[in-house]
Amino acid sequence: MTTITRRALGLLTAASFTALAATGALAQEKRVIAVSIPAATHGWTGGVVYHAEQAEKEIEAAFPNIDVIVKTSPSATAQVSALEDLAAAQTLDALVILPFTSEELTGPVEQVKAAGTFIAVVDRGLTDPAIQDLYVAGDNIAVGANTAKWLAEKLGNEGKVVVLRGIPTVIDDERIQGFTDVIAATNIEILDIQYANWNQDEAFTLMQDYLAKYPQIDAVWANDDDMLLGVLEAIRESGRTEIKYALGGNGMKDVIEMVMAGDPVTPISTPYPPSMIKSAIYMVAGQFTGQAPMRGSFKLDAPLITPENADQFYFPDSPF
Amino acid sequence: MTAAVASESAGPRRIRLADMGPFIALAVVILAGVMINSSFLSGTNIANVVTRSAFVAIIAVGATFVISSGGLDLSVGSMMAFVTGIMILAMNRLEPSMGGYAIVAGAGIGLVVGALCGLLNGLIVTVGKIEPFIATLGTMGIFRALITWMSDGGSIPIERTLREPYRPVYFGNVMGIPVPVLLTLVVVLVGAFVLYRTKYGRRCMAAGSNADVARFSGVSVAKVRTMAFVIQGLCVAIAAICYIPRLGAATPTTGQLWELQVITAVVIGGTALRGGKARVWGTVAGALILEVIANLMVLSNMVSEYLVAAVQGVIIILAMLAHRFIK
Repeated sequence: MTTITRRALGLLTAASFTALAATGALAQEKRVIAVSIPAATHGWTGGVVYHAEQAEKEIEAAFPNIDVIVKTSPSATAQVSALEDLAAAQTLDALVILPFTSEELTGPVEQVKAAGTFIAVVDRGLTDPAIQDLYVAGDNIAVGANTAKWLAEKLGNEGKVVVLRGIPTVIDDERIQGFTDVIAATNIEILDIQYANWNQDEAFTLMQDYLAKYPQIDAVWANDDDMLLGVLEAIRESGRTEIKYALGGNGMKDVIEMVMAGDPVTPISTPYPPSMIKSAIYMVAGQFTGQAPMRGSFKLDAPLITPENADQFYFPDSPF
Repeated sequence: MTAAVASESAGPRRIRLADMGPFIALAVVILAGVMINSSFLSGTNIANVVTRSAFVAIIAVGATFVISSGGLDLSVGSMMAFVTGIMILAMNRLEPSMGGYAIVAGAGIGLVVGALCGLLNGLIVTVGKIEPFIATLGTMGIFRALITWMSDGGSIPIERTLREPYRPVYFGNVMGIPVPVLLTLVVVLVGAFVLYRTKYGRRCMAAGSNADVARFSGVSVAKVRTMAFVIQGLCVAIAAICYIPRLGAATPTTGQLWELQVITAVVIGGTALRGGKARVWGTVAGALILEVIANLMVLSNMVSEYLVAAVQGVIIILAMLAHRFIK
């Protein structure tokens, strides 16, 4: 009985606090959300930085009691130092982190949590999932698989395909695995899979070499939109017309523009949106403002981006 | 001129088997290509490979100056990205008022910026007396960060209206010879003339083979080396001019690790990494060898995609060893 009364009292107090804060009569206690992300070294991380900064502006404007601090780091070691600095300078109510690597960041994040900080992990998981309160990530296998399903259907389960892969990482492996598993169940032949390091230039030269090597190519899949731009230039220059589809993935704005315009060779893309950092920051902010508790794992799907839904995935001001 | 300098300058005129090393290696690699895949010799493939080797070849001509005069430049890849970014921004800015001429003006600005970047490297090395390795490692980071900052980590695309008029500079050809290849030839001819036929070229060799002797014989080693870095900067800008129309954008990954390809091309070509000896035509052969090897890795089905870099490394080392034994 007493506990219930106490709880009710607590709720009342909380409610009155919120009311007071809303009128702005009383300076409410500041809530600090730290955001630790990789520095912008290529298109996708550039997008992450953009969306994190957008979230910072929007949330701070909407909720004056929340302070969002965005810190970018150029390497895993630098990110560990950044975490130490952030935790030393102030009490963190929440940490939203996109870890450089799983292994190196697990320990440092655990230490931040020990001080009672709410932990939200984005994209790359930590080796110990028990540390995180919230996990938001995309689905790399689906990026490959959904593209492959669409392609198989369009090609009628027949044809010859070449693939360009990125930098040897788990992300790259999962995308390739998702793609090849689906294709294996069809009569489509994968002629070649080579690394082009998610680099436009290397994709351009690799595609030129594919074109020289194979007289008949029905479709190309580059597992990232940055590479797709290099592929398209190589195809265009070669004058080859038998290539029906050239697809990418990741939802780069230049490629989304092609999808919106109904490009016949690149009619779809699949998102692995850097905006997932923004989704995570908003979810965390929700519990400090409207008391909307958020716990658990959220796997963002990789639905096909088509001309119909492309505007949802289009950020004209983002660098990516 | 001292006797040492005179004998060095007489060197290139004699034809020795050792000097033919890079060209023999190139012939061997091409022969291997023909045996591995018949499509290797197709006109398109050869044109592709030679055209794309133009960037590394042009930059490597500049590097031949820097290395033979006793310097080293690690910043060329990042500098290339930075100059490309500046040029595209300048062209986009000038396009509304100048139309197609913005390309020419932008290219001019690129050359100036390239030369200034080279001058910066040169002054840090000569006036600041910092080891070239460390000095250019520093500017490598600076140029790379600047292009990343200018593009917000994304890309800096050229205006659509400029793309079409600019395209021929990479994709066009004069009497069947791709424009970048012609540009490379001009750069190499000028480079060879300056290195082998002018006073400056001889001073480069002198500064590279023995800086103290050169100094005693009245050569301003600092001036010679600074000038070599400026030439390097100009070469980077020329490469950037024919790079932009290829993909029409500069990104933070533009020119990544090119410095290593450039240095490899120079050394495969027979220029001594410790200075004092320059082989401009060898440098071009070196650039071609690297590009042909990369091409063959894709055309052949023998090498696993995971092992491509290892095989490339082995071939380069074998080429250098063969070179050593021919001597």
